[in-house]
Amino acid sequence: MEHHLQTPLKKEDIEKLNAGDIVYISGEILTARDEAHARILDMEKEGKKLPFSLEGAAVYHCGPLMQKTENGWNVVSAGPTTSGRMSKMTPSLLKAHAVRAIIGKGGMKDVADSLKNKCVYLAYTGGCAALAAELIKEVKAVYWLDLGMPEAVWVLRVEEFGPLIVGIDAKGKDIFAEVREKAQKRLENQK
Amino acid sequence: MSSKISRENFIRSIADLLRKAEIELPDDVVSALRKAETAEESQVAKSQLQAILMNIELAKRHGVPMCQDTGIMIFFVEIGTEFQPGFDLETAIGEAVILATAEVPLRPNAVDPLTRKNSLDNTGVGIPDIHWKFVPGNQLKITAAPKGAGSENMSSLRMFNPTETGNIKNFVLETVMNAGGMPCPPLTIGIGIGGSFDAAARLAKEALLEPLDTPMEGLEKEIFEAVNALGIGCMGLGGSTTALAVHVKTAHCHTASLPVAVNIQCWANRHASVVFKGEE
Repeated sequence: MEHHLQTPLKKEDIEKLNAGDIVYISGEILTARDEAHARILDMEKEGKKLPFSLEGAAVYHCGPLMQKTENGWNVVSAGPTTSGRMSKMTPSLLKAHAVRAIIGKGGMKDVADSLKNKCVYLAYTGGCAALAAELIKEVKAVYWLDLGMPEAVWVLRVEEFGPLIVGIDAKGKDIFAEVREKAQKRLENQK
Repeated sequence: MSSKISRENFIRSIADLLRKAEIELPDDVVSALRKAETAEESQVAKSQLQAILMNIELAKRHGVPMCQDTGIMIFFVEIGTEFQPGFDLETAIGEAVILATAEVPLRPNAVDPLTRKNSLDNTGVGIPDIHWKFVPGNQLKITAAPKGAGSENMSSLRMFNPTETGNIKNFVLETVMNAGGMPCPPLTIGIGIGGSFDAAARLAKEALLEPLDTPMEGLEKEIFEAVNALGIGCMGLGGSTTALAVHVKTAHCHTASLPVAVNIQCWANRHASVVFKGEE
């Protein structure tokens, strides 16, 4: 199944997605990797308000390469980073904010339960930075540049951003875990 | 006798070489990816391979790096015993890296290992990492091979007992298994067997430069088939191609040792070479 979604994402939008489906997103996506996740959680603990909204948001695990222009920023390349590094912080993020989609690469271990009925994990092809840059139409805003270019939160306007594969759906089905389990069995049989 | 090239022109050539390595994949890598796409039966894996091929095309068309992780700068230098550059190659390569970082541009990736302070120009202590080798003749060949962290982080080295040659295959399979989708498969797998602790790792890295259409033999073929039988597939989403190629390089080692290094390379097996001829 192929789906074309518009942000902000509603619960109904993601409930109809099944693991293995292909998704294209239009609207706004926000980048966040290690440092931004840590700061979001720190601010939550301190009861501070975020400078951006994560309501219905699609969070993209990405450390882009940007070029400063006269009027703003130009995306040079912006492929996904390894989501595994954000696995531990993700359950707390989802508890505090109604993030509806997480976009990244390589999957996330042990987060399927936290995603249930709330959010989906969408896999974007690793290394496809030139393709991603082509689908990002505008840099709307940037927050927390003090964390450095790759770690800052970039708000990007995208059109038909994809192909994204539903890696973990909101019903708890995790393709990466299934592939790993099967591969492990095959490995045992080969020994 | 000195080389025909000036230091300035050399720096220009090496910066251009890096640009090429970042933007354009070698033909053998592209055709291996095309073959994988044609052969793939999983629709999910096929869509991922198609995205990769489209990305390669776009990077070339727009002259931008194919991946935002433009890597850590690694060079292989083969210098002819009769070739005299007339200037210090090491500092010149470093300057070329700084130039390319600003021009292409490349993401500044080089940091101090403990303070994590970024040098902002992709150089630093020991970086660029230059592998030197003397060869007969009067020419200088330089290969730029910028290496991304996603796949490098999934690499592994183990010192086996000398009687454990039968365990090498399993070691590679476990390394690939633990890596799953994280190193951006389809992979090129370079294996160094023998030498010493560090020599095995160097052999593994050199093995990544072997043309992907070089026929695989013996252990290479055996490991290649076993890796693809795991079904991890493109990006770890399942599929028939987990590895594009497996290449092994060996060296003699101590009778009491068996070092084995596995260097994992993502689909973007980036490298480009340039040759400078010496004066006759």
